[in-house]
Amino acid sequence: MAERADVWQGTLALMVLKTIEMMGPQHGYGIARRIEQTSGNLLTLNYGTLYPALLKLEQEGAIASEWGVSENNRKAKFYKLTRAGRKQLEKEARNWQQTTTILDRFLSPAEEQS
Amino acid sequence: MTYLRTLRAWFLRFAGVFRRQQGQKAFADEIESHLQLHVDDNLRSGMSPTQARREAILTLGGVELTKQSYRERSTLPLFDDLLQDLSFAVRQLRRTPGFTITVAIMLALGIGASVAIFAFTDAALLKPLPYRDPARLASVTEAVKLLGRANLSYPDYLDWKRSNTVFSSLDIYGGGGALLNTSTGTVPVTGVRVSDGFFHTLGVAPILGRDFRAGEDLPGTADIVILSYEAWKKWFNGSSDVIGQKVMLSGIPNTIVGVLPVDFDFAPRGGTQFWMPFHAKGSCDLNRSCHGLEGIARLKDGVSMPAALAEMQSIAAELERRYPGSNRGQGAVVDPLSEIIVGDYRPILLTLLAGAGMLLVIACVNVASLLLVRSESRRREIAVRSALGASRMRLIRQFFVESLVLVVVGSLVGIGLADGAMHVLTSLIPSFIQSRMPFLHQLGLSSHVLAFATIIAVAAMCLFALTPILRLPLDIMRAGLHDELADGSRGSAGRFWKRLGANLVILELAVAVVLLVGAGLLGKSLYRLLHVTVNFHTDHLALVGVMAPSSLYPKDENLVVLQRQILSRVSALPGVESTGITSVPPLSFNGNTDWIRFVGRPYNGEHNEVNLRDVSADYIKTLQANLLRGRLFTDDVDGTKPKVVIINQTLAKMYYPGQDPIGQRIGDDGLSPNSIKEVIGIVDDIREGSLDSQIMPAVYYPIYQDEDNYFTLMVRTSQSEGSLLPTLVSTIHAIDPGVGTADPTTMEERTREGPTAYLHRSSAWLVSGFAALALVLSVVGLYGVIAYSVAQRTREIGVRMALGAQRSSVYKLVMREAGWLAALGIGVGLVCSVGAATLMRTLLFGTAAWDVSTLVSVAALLGVSALLASYVPAHRAASVNPVEALRSE
Repeated sequence: MAERADVWQGTLALMVLKTIEMMGPQHGYGIARRIEQTSGNLLTLNYGTLYPALLKLEQEGAIASEWGVSENNRKAKFYKLTRAGRKQLEKEARNWQQTTTILDRFLSPAEEQS
Repeated sequence: MTYLRTLRAWFLRFAGVFRRQQGQKAFADEIESHLQLHVDDNLRSGMSPTQARREAILTLGGVELTKQSYRERSTLPLFDDLLQDLSFAVRQLRRTPGFTITVAIMLALGIGASVAIFAFTDAALLKPLPYRDPARLASVTEAVKLLGRANLSYPDYLDWKRSNTVFSSLDIYGGGGALLNTSTGTVPVTGVRVSDGFFHTLGVAPILGRDFRAGEDLPGTADIVILSYEAWKKWFNGSSDVIGQKVMLSGIPNTIVGVLPVDFDFAPRGGTQFWMPFHAKGSCDLNRSCHGLEGIARLKDGVSMPAALAEMQSIAAELERRYPGSNRGQGAVVDPLSEIIVGDYRPILLTLLAGAGMLLVIACVNVASLLLVRSESRRREIAVRSALGASRMRLIRQFFVESLVLVVVGSLVGIGLADGAMHVLTSLIPSFIQSRMPFLHQLGLSSHVLAFATIIAVAAMCLFALTPILRLPLDIMRAGLHDELADGSRGSAGRFWKRLGANLVILELAVAVVLLVGAGLLGKSLYRLLHVTVNFHTDHLALVGVMAPSSLYPKDENLVVLQRQILSRVSALPGVESTGITSVPPLSFNGNTDWIRFVGRPYNGEHNEVNLRDVSADYIKTLQANLLRGRLFTDDVDGTKPKVVIINQTLAKMYYPGQDPIGQRIGDDGLSPNSIKEVIGIVDDIREGSLDSQIMPAVYYPIYQDEDNYFTLMVRTSQSEGSLLPTLVSTIHAIDPGVGTADPTTMEERTREGPTAYLHRSSAWLVSGFAALALVLSVVGLYGVIAYSVAQRTREIGVRMALGAQRSSVYKLVMREAGWLAALGIGVGLVCSVGAATLMRTLLFGTAAWDVSTLVSVAALLGVSALLASYVPAHRAASVNPVEALRSE
């Protein structure tokens, strides 16, 4: 249980970082919606689990937050990437792609053998 | 990178603990705004307002749940709980200040005493000596049957150095004094002569200038000197161009070649200011039977102390064969150098450490008892808390945190006390004794000491946390709510506590007995020591050391003139009754010996070792020692007259059993003609050695027939001897300003403040202090147990009295219980204390470990105190009003 949750936590952090990079400064609700949309609704997410993940990233210095006003004039807390966060995103994205490439080769090895 | 990020996160979470309120407020706002945004979207997609909000909360996964997981991430939950426990514990303790202060004081006393004594033990016994690789350093010297460790002669040293294969270096030190000629006059200073490799063997290098070079200790080489740091500061203002300057020592110009480091001290010659190369000269240095040196050596790698000893003994045996005259019976000893320096203090320190430890045990037992009583009165609280859902772990943690607070407060105060005690105790040590304790430099709250304090604190904390936990078993926490709320607590639990409390009190009383007996025995030893028979009158006796430099007084005749002058001038001083001169004052040491042989008796070549004292005509009269037989000599007995000798009673008994020694003649071991002396008198056994040493046979030669440049003037006065001292010094300086004086003192002070008396007194006082505290604490502990027991039995006593029990029988009831506890505690304690006293018998003087009067007085003292302590609760029990006692239930 704990291990799976950790993996989930790790990938969630990556998704959050990538989403903020794509969208620019964004509030928690916006990020949650976007993650759901991007996953093609394959992922059903309790929006509440996003906030500890955001807090963790903020504590680690990857993102920073600031209160602002949303497009339909609501007060909201906006999260944006820091320089350290950008670096972390690049590195983790690269790692993740490498991992998936390797796993791909294991799971569909036919092409190499011919 | 990653760990830096993690560290940053931990730090922020730690900080979050203290900003919990703001953090939660801000997050509540953020959730609210999140829901607003979601509700807006839902409304746009056509939901009703109620449905929109419901759907938003559902997708969030619950507001409170989200807040909780956010909170857990924003702080450190475990730490957070701990902080809550801590503030609860502090509140609890502040509600009962009497309890808290009592516990803190008891702990502080116990911990303070242990830590302070441990600091001394650590500095002396655990820390290595401040020399390079000190475990390889050995003290090497000759041994004789009568004295054990004795001194080494220079020719023997040279043979030892040449023949041994076990030491990488072997060096010597000897001598003690010199006269420093300064602009303001002649001052006696401490000066030691050493062989060239002395500092190299110790592994000490001068901070300025250089060490002695090989061969610079040989006769005929330049007169050079190395200064101690203290001498450099005192006489040369610490000036850096001192190297190459000349300093006049005993009339000889010495070139300064080096200055030693500030922390260097060589305990066997503590406080030495001037270090000179040996330069063998005079009749003694080149004489194989003149022993005035001691050796230090560094063992070769892989050689053990016993192996070194075996080889040195075989070398000594070989020398004995080669030089039967001088070396008969001259063995060898090799000891670790640390043994020579701290060996004397080890039994004292270990005894004191044990004493302090016992005090700590008593303090802890008392605190544990108090905590037990307290946990009794908190049963309801515990029951309520566990009924409200506090887990067992949480309750146990609460006890741990409470004892943590108590122990931390007690330890901090205790360490403060220990630090103060160290300063006070050190300042109480006279400087001449301090100079023999180079380890005092290392005294302080070192890491060792703090680690020791921490171990004590952790152990005490566990003890204090476990006592109430053991006392409150699981079932009470779990199911006891109904019972506990219905009835404060009686029945089985009361009995359980009573047994545990009673056992603790027996332990406490037994430990107090051991401490009291120890204090009693040490006190008795000190009394015996200070009242040992010295066979002369120590009151109204002043003494001062006199040093006549050989540059000014090269011949015996010069010294005779000086001594006659001093005697006549001092005798004329007001109040002076009698004056005398001796080469070594009484109560100094056994040593400075002569080997004697009896004219007209067969001689087997064995050395008849006797204390040799050169004295003036009125010396024995000045001491008011008894002349048992024969006569004293007169002031005109000098080198021109036939030689005479006065012997002590021990010599007479040992060598002239059943004979009259008067008129017999003795000489040196070769019976050389000019050594033959006639015995003219027998004097009582004047104690020449320290207070706890044995009486040795002794000879007293007329000083004018056997001169030395260093001697001691003794003055008997009818007035205060202390106020005479400055006059004595100025009188001597008036005769010749070139003569030095040293250590003016009174015989009483010398007896009282001498090293032997000092060590006995300090251990007696410290252990007595511990014992007094132990007595008070254990009696208070007994009082607590009895008082608690009476409080618990109020109802029972009420019933008994309602049924017709007399007040006297209630007294008996309570006193019998107290009597049993006290008797058991005292009995166990007496048995243990005989064992403990046997362990410390090296510290006892003239007192047996099973000294009956001490054991009986301690038992009586503690018994009476225990009865007094239990009388108060017994009286309270007897004044119980049966009606009220029954109604209160």
